[in-house]
Amino acid sequence: MSVSRVLPLQAGPRAAGLVQRLSLGILLFVMTALLSGSAFAVERFPPPDFDPGYKMPVPTMPAPRAIYLEYLDVAVLLAALSLSVYLVLRKRSRSWILGLMLFSLAYFGFWRKGCVCAIGSIQDVMLALFDNGYAVPLTVVAFFLLPLVFTLFFGRTFCAAVCPIGAIQDVMLVRPIKVRPWLEHALGIVPFFYLGAAVLFAATGSGFIICQYDPFVSFFRRSGSVNMLAIGAGFLLVGLIVGRPYCRFLCPYGALLRVVSRFSKWNVTLTPEDCIKCQLCDVACPFGAIREPGPALPEGKPAAPSGTGIEEGNAGPSIKKQASAKAMIGWGVLTVLLMVSCGWLGARSSGFLSYENRTVALAERVAAEAAGKAFVSADTVVPSTVRLSASEQREENLRLASQAFRQTGQPVDELYAAARVARNRFKVGGWLLGAFVGLVIGIKLISLSILPDRTIYEPDRANCVACGRCYTHCPREQVRVKRMQRGKTNPAIPA
Amino acid sequence: MPVVDGVRIAAGSQGARQFSQTMTMPAPNPPPSRRQFLGNGFRGAFLFLLGSVTTLLARRSRNQKTVWQIDPLKCVMCNNCATQCVLQPSAVKCVQVYAMCGYCKLCTGYFEPEPNRLTTAAENQVCPTGAIKRRALEDPYYEYSIDEALCIGCAKCVKGCVMFGNGSFFLQVRHDRCVNCNECSIALVCPGQAFMRVPSDEPYRLRERGQA
Repeated sequence: MSVSRVLPLQAGPRAAGLVQRLSLGILLFVMTALLSGSAFAVERFPPPDFDPGYKMPVPTMPAPRAIYLEYLDVAVLLAALSLSVYLVLRKRSRSWILGLMLFSLAYFGFWRKGCVCAIGSIQDVMLALFDNGYAVPLTVVAFFLLPLVFTLFFGRTFCAAVCPIGAIQDVMLVRPIKVRPWLEHALGIVPFFYLGAAVLFAATGSGFIICQYDPFVSFFRRSGSVNMLAIGAGFLLVGLIVGRPYCRFLCPYGALLRVVSRFSKWNVTLTPEDCIKCQLCDVACPFGAIREPGPALPEGKPAAPSGTGIEEGNAGPSIKKQASAKAMIGWGVLTVLLMVSCGWLGARSSGFLSYENRTVALAERVAAEAAGKAFVSADTVVPSTVRLSASEQREENLRLASQAFRQTGQPVDELYAAARVARNRFKVGGWLLGAFVGLVIGIKLISLSILPDRTIYEPDRANCVACGRCYTHCPREQVRVKRMQRGKTNPAIPA
Repeated sequence: MPVVDGVRIAAGSQGARQFSQTMTMPAPNPPPSRRQFLGNGFRGAFLFLLGSVTTLLARRSRNQKTVWQIDPLKCVMCNNCATQCVLQPSAVKCVQVYAMCGYCKLCTGYFEPEPNRLTTAAENQVCPTGAIKRRALEDPYYEYSIDEALCIGCAKCVKGCVMFGNGSFFLQVRHDRCVNCNECSIALVCPGQAFMRVPSDEPYRLRERGQA
């Protein structure tokens, strides 16, 4: 683009003054450019002196969100978590849990627009751990930490009624179907892969993929790209019949909570009294989180009397446990082999993955331009009216980035060195990610090979999201509640 | 022991009394002490891990809140602000600093490079959404202001103004819209690396007269 293309249009007496102004401006521009060496920020057309009657507008500068509101978010999170624990473990009421869920959906979802959230905070914490220059806000650390600590003691009460993403799926669930066990187990390990990938990308400073591909945040913001809105709508549609598909098969924070919840001090218990094995809880659970009793006792053993047979019930599976000790060694060896091979694959693909890192991509582009493999241009080649596809936009961004890089005058070697550091990080990260994937698969296989030693129906500590649906379905629970109510009105009845 | 069925037990009956006895019995499946020990050990270790991570992060974290902003001097006017923001339309908008504006009749931020006529007709304007409002002042001066509701942050006007004018148009993150993502999705792809975190009490980086 050149000025001469603009100038001939100024024909006509009214525009004559303007032409003068323009030519004067160009003259000034050339002179100052020669003097200062800077092409920009030159006052080519000095602002006119207006009559005092003219009031020059000033640009508005709306203030950002105040910091005390962020502390308020943490306070609300803490209150909601505590309330959720009370409702799940003490009150044991599905309707109250649903109420809190709707509040969380409204506050953390639609009011706070899904940000800040515990799921995304994983990446902040990781980036802060690996990058000294990234100072993470303490509120984000609190969002990462509080649900973990609560889960460590009370099970997944965060998932139950505090997480807006869980809530939006839970309230959309209309007619749940059972997912086949093999599919449930296979998809159930995907969150760990997602977690590993998110940590890799965050730790190398290459992007926050959890936030980028959050399917529901576009609904919370009522704004977003068409693709993400479509994916979100897809999740909600699937969620009509499959309970909480994101939580179960994708959520990386859920993967963390699953592990932690396994060791929780308290958790959802289904039957305060002995289980009558009616299986109604299993029917009620839309998330496949109820585990059935282990295999029946061997023939010849006396049937366990109700309420006392649990001790004897342990005999069967423990025999099988001992028998499988040899098999466990085999599983262990298999896990190690899986870790090594997946780690090797991860390291092999790390070069490809590292292109997501902007330093690596820029260095590659600069190197390609230096080698004459990429087109160097000083100005826009793409007309502004053309709508670029994602890959074209990426290419255009790289072209502009290398142009901007050349303008900064930074030595190329520094860029290459930084890119090499990032590449190495990806290589190590690729090994670790692959090994982690292998470990997860191995542990899953081992856990599937172990026979359960439970004798009643009970919620799986890891998979139960404490939604409270089973409480109302358990007949023994109903008896308990009834007795409690009667006991309040009539003290003569023993409680 | 009779089969206990919650529906059939009448209050005060013998069945109910027996049932109440079973209820007051200790939990049917007392967890083995090994499991308890492992659980306690894990909880302790995990709390310790979380505590040390928090301490580490707290020492690095900042007390002052920061927000994203664009350095106008680094901006390369590439259109990514319009397309990459998590919000549609973007939280980045064009800002007009009137004190820098030349109030030109032929505004290169307002008109296409080769406009048919110097009128406000859409085909003559560089802005794809018609977000720049042109108002005649005393001849030959015109005032240009941005209608933020229409602006999409594409930087086409900025390019025109910076290349041939005073550079009074430039992009800024508007904090009434910005959701302040911890990892700004525009910053991630910004070719000029113009995005930076600034203290929230000075959330704008305006251009000034005579700024080099």
